[in-house]
Amino acid sequence: MRRFVAGALALAVLAAPAAAEQAQPTLNDPVVAKREVELAKQLRCLVCQNETIADSRADLAVDLRNKLREQMAAGKTDAEIITYMTDRYGDFVLYKPPMKPTTVLLWAGPFVLLALGVLIGWRAVRARARTAQPQPLSAADRERAERLLRGEADA
Amino acid sequence: MKRVLFFLVPLAGFLVLAAFLLRGLWLNPREVPSPLIGKPAPVFEKAKLAQPTETFGSKDMAGQVWILNVWASWCTPCRVEHPLMNELATRKLVPIVGMNYKDNPDAARRWLTELGDPYLTTFIDHDGKLGIDFGVYGVPETFVIDKQGIVRYKHIGPVTPEAMQKKIVPLVQELQKS
Repeated sequence: MRRFVAGALALAVLAAPAAAEQAQPTLNDPVVAKREVELAKQLRCLVCQNETIADSRADLAVDLRNKLREQMAAGKTDAEIITYMTDRYGDFVLYKPPMKPTTVLLWAGPFVLLALGVLIGWRAVRARARTAQPQPLSAADRERAERLLRGEADA
Repeated sequence: MKRVLFFLVPLAGFLVLAAFLLRGLWLNPREVPSPLIGKPAPVFEKAKLAQPTETFGSKDMAGQVWILNVWASWCTPCRVEHPLMNELATRKLVPIVGMNYKDNPDAARRWLTELGDPYLTTFIDHDGKLGIDFGVYGVPETFVIDKQGIVRYKHIGPVTPEAMQKKIVPLVQELQKS
């Protein structure tokens, strides 16, 4: 047992420098760290354009994350930090584009297309309903249906 | 009439979509329009590459039209555009200032000795923080800044001979007149 404890201790001591070499969460406060990640997720890395700066390992993303931390440490609000980024990199840095006259088509487009689809679908169904009137039952069919309902075998 | 519309409306929709997609083929997604255009260039004061004890600042260029070229010795496209910068410098049309972006100063100085130094001065942006203020996201980048210190044009990526002849040089000449 004592040997086991000693071994575990030695392992822990040996493992410590290895752990220290990994990327450290820079902030110990989980609330601040969460806020940093939330902000980083909203910002696009301009080098690998389909990644956020939270995901990207590009040099610029690292720099921008550092800038983010710096601004948070300086007590800036989320809105101020986002403005800081868009002032330098434009709206493109935002993963979620803002609602503006130039982006109305982007935001409304899918809903317009959906409405158009619903309208076309509704009209198609109505047109089909008008042409496909149910045929009146012939006397022979009625008789056969009644026979089946009484439980007699089909002729 | 209704039948004609039935074909024309989707056809029109398709043509609009095709036009957008065709246009998209000729756009470079790497070229993000800079929000800095028409706005004052960031104010800075940075160590010179040649004499790191001395500084160079935006105020040194006040009252003149100038070009800011962001470069680094590790940047391969910078090598491609460098002869154009050298050529522009020999024309003595406009001062070119270099921003050495996130580089090793020794490597940067060697680079200038090897390829020629077209710059009035090169200053060091060691940690890329000034680069962020300029909205730099990839080197090389080239800015044209007017007499009032307003950014007038930004070229992303290596300057091509075409961009130099058709955009940068005419713009500089026009700005110098005003």
